[in-house]
Amino acid sequence: MPSEQPQYLYKYRQVPGIDDIDVYLKHEGYNAVRKALTMDQEAIINEVKLSGLRGRGGAGFPTFIKWNGIPKNWDKPHYLVVNADEGEPGTAKDRDLMNALPHLLVEGCIISCWAIRSKACYIYIRGEYIQPARQIQKAIDQAYAKGFLGKNILGSGFDLDMYVHMGAGAYECGEESALMSSLMGERGMPRHKPPSAPLPVISGVWDSPTIVNNVETIATAVPIINMGGAEYAKVGTGTPGAGPASRGTKLITLSGHVKKPGNYEIVLGTPVREIIYEIGGGIKNDKKLKFFIPGGSSTPLLPPEFLDTPYDYEALGKTGSLLGSGALIVYDETVSVPALMTRLMHFYAHESCGKCTPCREGTNWLVKIHDRIMAGGGRPEDIDLLLDISNNIFGRSFCALGDAAAMPLAGFFAGKGAIYYFREEYEELIRN
Amino acid sequence: MLTEEVYKKIDTLIAKYPTKKAALLPALWVAQAANDNWLPREAMADVAKYLGLAPAYVEGVATFYTMYNKAPVGRHHLEVCHNIVCMVVGADELIDHIGGKLGVGRGETTPDRKFTLNTAECLGACANAPCMMVGDTYYEDLTTEKVDEILADLARK
Ligand SMILES: NC(=O)C1=CN([C@@H]2O[C@H](COP(=O)(O)OP(=O)(O)OC[C@H]3O[C@@H](n4cnc5c(N)ncnc54)[C@H](O)[C@@H]3O)[C@@H](O)[C@H]2O)C=CC1
Ligand SMILES: Cc1cc2nc3c(=O)[nH]c(=O)nc-3n(C[C@H](O)[C@H](O)[C@H](O)COP(=O)(O)O)c2cc1C
Ligand code: SF4
Ligand code: FES
Repeated sequence: MPSEQPQYLYKYRQVPGIDDIDVYLKHEGYNAVRKALTMDQEAIINEVKLSGLRGRGGAGFPTFIKWNGIPKNWDKPHYLVVNADEGEPGTAKDRDLMNALPHLLVEGCIISCWAIRSKACYIYIRGEYIQPARQIQKAIDQAYAKGFLGKNILGSGFDLDMYVHMGAGAYECGEESALMSSLMGERGMPRHKPPSAPLPVISGVWDSPTIVNNVETIATAVPIINMGGAEYAKVGTGTPGAGPASRGTKLITLSGHVKKPGNYEIVLGTPVREIIYEIGGGIKNDKKLKFFIPGGSSTPLLPPEFLDTPYDYEALGKTGSLLGSGALIVYDETVSVPALMTRLMHFYAHESCGKCTPCREGTNWLVKIHDRIMAGGGRPEDIDLLLDISNNIFGRSFCALGDAAAMPLAGFFAGKGAIYYFREEYEELIRN
Repeated sequence: MLTEEVYKKIDTLIAKYPTKKAALLPALWVAQAANDNWLPREAMADVAKYLGLAPAYVEGVATFYTMYNKAPVGRHHLEVCHNIVCMVVGADELIDHIGGKLGVGRGETTPDRKFTLNTAECLGACANAPCMMVGDTYYEDLTTEKVDEILADLARK
């Protein structure tokens, strides 16, 4: 890996046994908790603000704003719910973090709970992640044994309990309101959002103020407290405090046709070319790059002319795609775009929770039309029909899953998605 | 049909949440594990009764989630990812290979009930694709040779 990539989350990733608390403690482990417990809530949130941290689950919402939204009142219970549902195709970074560095997440949770005055934390882990859940449970048990969890943590008077909650197979449960429903023992369907209902920070699980954050977001609280927010923000792109900026580092999952796929920590703003060709070692079998998907399956693909795009929220947004969950998938010249999109549309149709019509019906149509094109029964008007359906799903569905199904095909602005860039591949399939 | 032992486990789950209802998903997991990895209607009804929920409600929740098996599955449930990363590094060939070896198609169980073959959506192991999940174990960076070894190994269990 190029040496100029500072490793804040992965600093001790290679240390053997770092998933065990004794080893972790020898490597700055729980120092950030000790420090945070001497700071007041506002001071912690201020460090998070200085760090420029934005939600690593995909939406990139500034974390400090969310945390600041929690009512400043100790009497009502507040909850921290960690989103470890990681289901976005292409994304494997949270699983990797929980397996390799479970104490980093537990430590981050303690800091975050202190900052938002929560005495209970639930880690919602997707059902398939049994091994990561074991790692986290082991870390929780060890943290209790050392007095980092439970009553009166390190003599601070702060009490905190932490629980693992397993999902049971539903991509939609990663959407924060669906996740909260699922945690409360319901079907994983999303709930109303503002203006028709309050944000989770006002009323989330069990009608209490709730923060839902991604695994990586919460883990990042550890280096931020250890090094200070301003120091964390020294790397990245954009000017902190002056409009949207992408500061610090990001975990990415680099996968597909690269020589060295893996989960990597990169500085935000590293050019995509450097990630694919230096960190990833280039295209497998030295084939030609056909396109890449920058931020997980929901984000529109980009052809090679975008290779010099800095990997950050703003630059990727300008291309018509998104940074999303940080899943950079690389495809060589052998890949058929319609075949790939067919598989993807099946995924979204399968995962649509069925609550709203545009997504439930629309994704099924996207599947049917793709299936008929692939089977050789495509009609010339099918391509525009796909765009039309996508545009009818986008912005009209109840939650972002509908948008996520439409975006890869039709893009989200200027209509730059798979059909825009590879229309002739669809046409050719339909002609023959 | 649930045993005392299962109810005891459910009690410890209930203690984790402010409401009994919230223990539903974990309770279904426990019930499934105690019933050869699937959820008969009676098991769901028992869970419902214990948590003070309507049986229809519990079934409604259980059927929403794909990992609760509503019918018996083989002893080894092979779930092979075929999503957009695994797909381009050989997942479909792998699924066909496994199906051919076991003599089953996708979604089918071998007559001796040892193996069920299914496709899975992204398992979060994309950097080590292709991959599959068998029970609580992930197998990654799969090749046909590797799969042959795994199948032979599982056949002995
Ligand atoms: N990591 C993964 O596996 C997956 C990630 N995603 C990502 O999810 C994203 C969409 O997520 P959504 O939650 O629908 O986005 P969103 O923009 O609605 O919300 C983002 C977060 O900000 C919070 N928020 C928004 N406005 C706020 C305010 N004024 N005050 C306080 N908090 C506020 C929300 O509660 C939420 O936690 C997509 O961009 C996609 O990349 C999608 C699928 C899977
Ligand atoms: C269909 C769908 C699935 C999602 N899945 C996840 C997920 O698996 N993990 C995650 O952190 N966020 C996921 N999100 C985003 C969450 O709704 C939410 O924005 C996020 O958990 C907030 O945390 P953050 O601010 O730390 O990113 C998903 C959103 C949608 C619409
Ligand atoms: S867009 Fe509608 S149908 Fe699709 S997952 Fe969201 S709520 Fe469910
Ligand atoms: S696409 Fe197969 S594990 Fe992610």
